[in-house]
Amino acid sequence: MINVASALRISIRALRVNKMRSALTMLGIIIGVGAVIAMLAVGTGASEKIAQQISSIGSNLLMVLPGATTAGGVRMGAGTQSTLTLGDAESIQRECPAVSDVAPILSGIAQVVYGNLNWSTGITGTTPGMMAVRDWKLSAGRPFTEQDVKSATKVCLLGQTVVDNLFGGLDPVNQIVRIKKIPFTVVGVLESKGQTPTGQDQDDTIYVPVTTAQKKLFGTAFPGMIRLIMVKAKSTEDLTAAEKQITELLRQRHRIGQKQENDFTVRNLTQMMQAAEQSSKVMTLLLGAIASVSLVVGGIGIMNIMLVSVTERTREIGIRMAVGAKSWDIRMQFIIEAVTLSFIGGIIGIITGISASALLSMLAGWPTIISPLSILLAFCFAGMVGLSFGFYPAYKASLLNPIDALRYE
Amino acid sequence: MSFIEVREISKVYRLGDISVNALSSVSVTIEKGEFASIMGPSGSGKSTFMNILGCLDIPSGGTYRLEGMDVGNLGRDELAAIRNKKIGFVFQGFNLLSRTSALENVELPLLYDGMPGGERRKRAIAALRSVGLEERADHHPNQLSGGQQQRVAIARALVNDAPIILADEPTGNLDTKTSAEIMELFTKLNVESNITVILVTHEAEIAAYSRRIIKFLDGRILSDERTDRL
Repeated sequence: MINVASALRISIRALRVNKMRSALTMLGIIIGVGAVIAMLAVGTGASEKIAQQISSIGSNLLMVLPGATTAGGVRMGAGTQSTLTLGDAESIQRECPAVSDVAPILSGIAQVVYGNLNWSTGITGTTPGMMAVRDWKLSAGRPFTEQDVKSATKVCLLGQTVVDNLFGGLDPVNQIVRIKKIPFTVVGVLESKGQTPTGQDQDDTIYVPVTTAQKKLFGTAFPGMIRLIMVKAKSTEDLTAAEKQITELLRQRHRIGQKQENDFTVRNLTQMMQAAEQSSKVMTLLLGAIASVSLVVGGIGIMNIMLVSVTERTREIGIRMAVGAKSWDIRMQFIIEAVTLSFIGGIIGIITGISASALLSMLAGWPTIISPLSILLAFCFAGMVGLSFGFYPAYKASLLNPIDALRYE
Repeated sequence: MSFIEVREISKVYRLGDISVNALSSVSVTIEKGEFASIMGPSGSGKSTFMNILGCLDIPSGGTYRLEGMDVGNLGRDELAAIRNKKIGFVFQGFNLLSRTSALENVELPLLYDGMPGGERRKRAIAALRSVGLEERADHHPNQLSGGQQQRVAIARALVNDAPIILADEPTGNLDTKTSAEIMELFTKLNVESNITVILVTHEAEIAAYSRRIIKFLDGRILSDERTDRL
């Protein structure tokens, strides 16, 4: 039997005889591999960005919202009823073992004034637990304390966007800003977090103690009213347990009977975010799958050319058989030819794919990430395409009758 | 046990509804070291007979024993191995691979025998030397004359030390002078290396180089005569 090195040499020579034809056949594979790599790079880049944004919101989060009001039979949706209190938040922290941190939230929009500049932004009344819940650090100053919450001190933390709009380059710590004309001392600045997956600027915010928000800024319909509670579970595994514990606790606290519906909703924020991440991964796969269709089309091109080549070289096959080439020798020659085409095409395709990704992120500004795995995947796929689409023509060649092949004109 | 033993072989081709008997009930034995010519008009079955001897084609009936082995029962790849090791072919149209040097053409049978490159080259050069074309080893077929191309083909037939050379009208495309050179080469190989040479021809002058003339007509052997060499 012929050795592989000799078969490879024969194949390369055959490919070089028809340079233009070989190049055009390769083009199908080049485009296919390039497209797979570029599409996977775009998809991976997008899901990576989403994953980053998700981690900026904080991990293992649950959100407790008040229930829906019913006005004349029309249910108004979660959060329209006010049923949650600061006491609920405190007891969740105390009594649910799966919960690590709790942040009650009472928020509103208000105008903030510093010097001659003003800015309207979301004011969030909360507790120091918020920093842990949202994995948020300060870039300057100190957080407010439990003591600040207890005594409803007029202190605030500013988001970076607020700082930029009110202070320009100045250091805001220990300055006095006026929120709804009430003077607040800035004790710290929140580290910049950027946008949420839905495009909201997370840095456009001010944090104040929840009690201060209740008593001095927004007022409450009943004592201790808050809008929602954000809860951080101890771990991802604890999320479900925490959800159950909170539901049981709040049903008890709100005295809800066996057959009555909850007057609150517990939402698993992390699960929602993970779903978003999942869908972007599915998108990546979809893009890759569409691109691989072009790779398969490239494979059909290889098969087409190999069939032509077998017919053209029938006489050569006859000569080889006459001097003792076995079926496998002939088969191997043509398979190696097809695989060589797809491998060289694959290598050029990888270079094309990497350049295309770089061009996309440069011109369109899309984040692209080329993983070594996607390169390996595309390359192996190209090899497989060459192998499978080269097999039939090779098989056909090996079945020729030596006498007919020799006489072929 | 004869070297080549053909008994009652027949070959039937089917062309649609009509079946053509290319060979009917042909029996021949050829001993090692013979130099035989097969003659006959076109359509007499001589080429079909040659193809069967060369294991390129299989008979429809009868038995063909080569060195005592029944070739009729062998598969494709086993027949390929026999062609590789025992039979060297020389064709009218040379049948060399174009775009491939003379040396590589001669190496071809060794390539399919799995011989390593170095030894392959050595033996191919030796074979080219024996046909007097050593210095043309790097030439491609289109750079060689007809006679030279046929000598490359003979070198290819010799390279694997095959005991049989089958030549199908080897001088059909050559002028008289070159034809004589090629025939002298066959004679030399037959006498000096004891290679069995069987050639198909319709020219009496060519057949005259051999010591046995088998004449075919309508798929049967018409005559089988031993002659003295000129």
